[in-house]
Amino acid sequence: MTTLKVNGRDHQVDADPDTPLLYVLRNDVALNAAKFGCGLGQCGSCTVIVDGKAVLSCVTPLLLVEGKQVTTLEGLGTVAAPAPIQRAFMEEQAAQCGYCIAGMMMRAQALLMRNPKPSDAQIRAELEPHLCRCGTHMRILRAVHRAARLMDTADAASDRSVR
Amino acid sequence: MTAPVVLDRRSVLAGGGALIVSFSLRHAVAQERKASQGPELPGSLAKTPNLDSWIRIDADGQITAFTGKAELGQGFRTAFQQIAAEQLDIPFDALKVITADTKLTANEGYTSGSHSMQDSGTAILHAAAQARALLVAEAAKRFALPPDELRTENAAVVAPDGRRLTYGELVASDVLHVQAQPTSNLKDPASFKVMGQPVPRVDIPAKVTGGAAYVQDMRLPGMVHARVVRPPSYGAQLAECDTAAIEKMPGVIGIVRDGNFLAVVAEKEFGAVKAMHALAAAAKWRESAKLPNQHDLASVLTALPSQDFAIFQRSDPTVSGARSLEATYTRPYQSHGSIGPSCAVAQFVDGAMTVWTHTQGVYPDRQSIAEMLGMPQASVRLIHVEGSGCYGHNGADDAAADAALIARALPGRPVRVQWMREQEHGWEPYGPAMVTRLSASLDGNGKIADWNFAVWSNTHSMRPGGAGSLLAAQHIARSFAVPAPKPLPLPEGGGDRNAIPIYNFPNAHVMHHFIPAMPLRISAMRALGAYHNVFSIESFMDELADLAGDDPVAFRLKHLDDVRGRAVVEKAAQEFGWTRGQKPPQNRGYGFAFARYKNLAAYCAIASEVEVDRETGRARLVRAVAAVDAGQVVNPDGITNQIEGAIVQSTSWTLYESVSFDDVRITSIDWQTYPILRFNAVPDSIAVHIINRPGQPFLGSGETGQGPAAASLANAIARATGKRLRNLPLSRKRIKDAIDA
Repeated sequence: MTTLKVNGRDHQVDADPDTPLLYVLRNDVALNAAKFGCGLGQCGSCTVIVDGKAVLSCVTPLLLVEGKQVTTLEGLGTVAAPAPIQRAFMEEQAAQCGYCIAGMMMRAQALLMRNPKPSDAQIRAELEPHLCRCGTHMRILRAVHRAARLMDTADAASDRSVR
Repeated sequence: MTAPVVLDRRSVLAGGGALIVSFSLRHAVAQERKASQGPELPGSLAKTPNLDSWIRIDADGQITAFTGKAELGQGFRTAFQQIAAEQLDIPFDALKVITADTKLTANEGYTSGSHSMQDSGTAILHAAAQARALLVAEAAKRFALPPDELRTENAAVVAPDGRRLTYGELVASDVLHVQAQPTSNLKDPASFKVMGQPVPRVDIPAKVTGGAAYVQDMRLPGMVHARVVRPPSYGAQLAECDTAAIEKMPGVIGIVRDGNFLAVVAEKEFGAVKAMHALAAAAKWRESAKLPNQHDLASVLTALPSQDFAIFQRSDPTVSGARSLEATYTRPYQSHGSIGPSCAVAQFVDGAMTVWTHTQGVYPDRQSIAEMLGMPQASVRLIHVEGSGCYGHNGADDAAADAALIARALPGRPVRVQWMREQEHGWEPYGPAMVTRLSASLDGNGKIADWNFAVWSNTHSMRPGGAGSLLAAQHIARSFAVPAPKPLPLPEGGGDRNAIPIYNFPNAHVMHHFIPAMPLRISAMRALGAYHNVFSIESFMDELADLAGDDPVAFRLKHLDDVRGRAVVEKAAQEFGWTRGQKPPQNRGYGFAFARYKNLAAYCAIASEVEVDRETGRARLVRAVAAVDAGQVVNPDGITNQIEGAIVQSTSWTLYESVSFDDVRITSIDWQTYPILRFNAVPDSIAVHIINRPGQPFLGSGETGQGPAAASLANAIARATGKRLRNLPLSRKRIKDAIDA
């Protein structure tokens, strides 16, 4: 049994330590967002956040994440109460099939956590490991910019409430 | 009051007297219409005429629209909901849309060819309008008032004196179980509240919050995980496979071996992956494939036997040309390259098979799977659940067949089959390689006097319908032969799609060389032959414009009579800021291209600015401006999304992509060996301008951008470098070689 912290909750997982985190998240924890795309770390659709950093869960074995904080898209917000990045992707309608989108959003979220005001060039560079086949790239870029603005506004609002 | 209308329309036939009367009346009308060759019913109503196959209203007021088409990420589920809401006069959120399911929806064949709006959207449009009219008529009867004194609002019919009857109250006598009429009292587009609006897509919230949105996300009770071990090459025979050790691996439930079909089932998914690797290592194959020379596909294809069709001939002996030009263009095999490899879930219970699949055609795929299993079609149900975007016939149908075959061996247990990356890349049916040869001559006024176009191509559809189109059926011991390929009929065509020029040339001759032999497994890929044919025609138009010393946009307009086509060309040029003789910055070029998809669907013109790095040969699309006329607009943001995507995807096809192979095996089996566009090549901007045509038929926008985007890019590269590239992809190396030549 391995203890895995996902989206703030502990899960007892009965899986071999060499099992890629992706399969544990999808099957043992029954989460949908992280997607199997290649299993080779080439496409980014399995991306989740581990201790604040974007990680390709399809090539990260379970044993490497034990005791660490794993965050998936489900952990950011819900349809009723979406996180800024989720709201931004909805408002920009930044999906076609949407299969790659959860991974894109997690890497963008990790970027925005360490750099709240990234330039367009920085966003493009950050998303380089990610493939989208529908060609939704322009909308994804707009959504990440929008998410940065929304987070900025949210921070400003919470600053005010603190005062 | 009768019970709510049940979902299974077959059982509705047991309805009451009122139903039978109205049904037989309408039936008589339909018979008459057939006899007198009157107008066909609109869209897919022609094949499925009952209104309640499309619009269902339950006594509790619940409203449902049905489509036999599959949502593939184009967003039409939302567009259909808009159409139904508008014509029924109900709020957008007051209804649900149910998509392709062999038990619930009409048989609308495949979701392909940009036909969803035209077929299903049109059917729902008319069914909803006629349903509303019938509800008003029913209310008129009950109110004892003339129908034209009544109005509809918010799912109710309202009398001038304020009396209201809700749709749910009115539908109780099965008023919708009647055949559609050829014409409908459609709402005036000027009064639209929901159609024409950029309504946010209904599927996106779940997709951006981790909701269950895909077949990959299904978790049925007791579900087990399977993986298939595919042969290493086409036609390989399984010589030996010692499975004893694998059967003992922890969590392995069993191995399914049938001829050359090999699969393993395990309790847990990663257990199945590990067992698959072990099984692949244990399997010994005899390989015999002889693949052609991938570096000389033009010679390979034109040397294969072909059936030759003269598909267009126009002669005006009074016009002849002096200066002439000829050119050959080629396209390699290309992958659909779905980001999520194909997946399916199947369950075999009490002799009935249910398959959840991201197929584009639940009915044809059911026919194939039933034939493979030797089961009656009635015992097989296919339910469409979204997968990763497919852009045509990818591994979806094959994965569904794999799941069904494995599930039959494990009665009762739901079986989930997930293809691996290398299986999708190695076994999907590719977009066919093509060759085009063009020649033309100009008259004294710099106009095209004479045009010759020849295309060599395989068919562009090997989709299911018979078992032989499924990999699993080809691989089992009692194997099914691959069906003989057929050219897809014009006017839509396959390899010859868009081979006939839309331009007005006094002399024109178009040949389709249909090649039955298929060296690689191929089938339908977004836009079919139109991608390469439009790339060829629109590249050649630029070459001829240069020969004529004319501006590419002006030269096109000189030969284009189609009014809507001209409007799209002019709009794209104007919004791009296209001017005759414009000078782009150094190492940049402007390109233009235009087509009407299939010469009968949506119009699209694209102007591009491209930057070429002369040192490396790397080309990058800097900006693109598109104009599109897809008829009556239902969701403008949906069309914009489709065209933006078409430009980016076609840029990827055009600059980077070709399936690679050696003498025996496919060698492009992942994203390293089959690279596609990444963010470093994403343009600075894409602008899409829609020309709305209120009241005109829906033309569909899913595929219209593929060809123009490719040619626009090629033309811009030619202007940036002074070199014309005619072989796809326009790779970094080819551009560099051309610059250095």
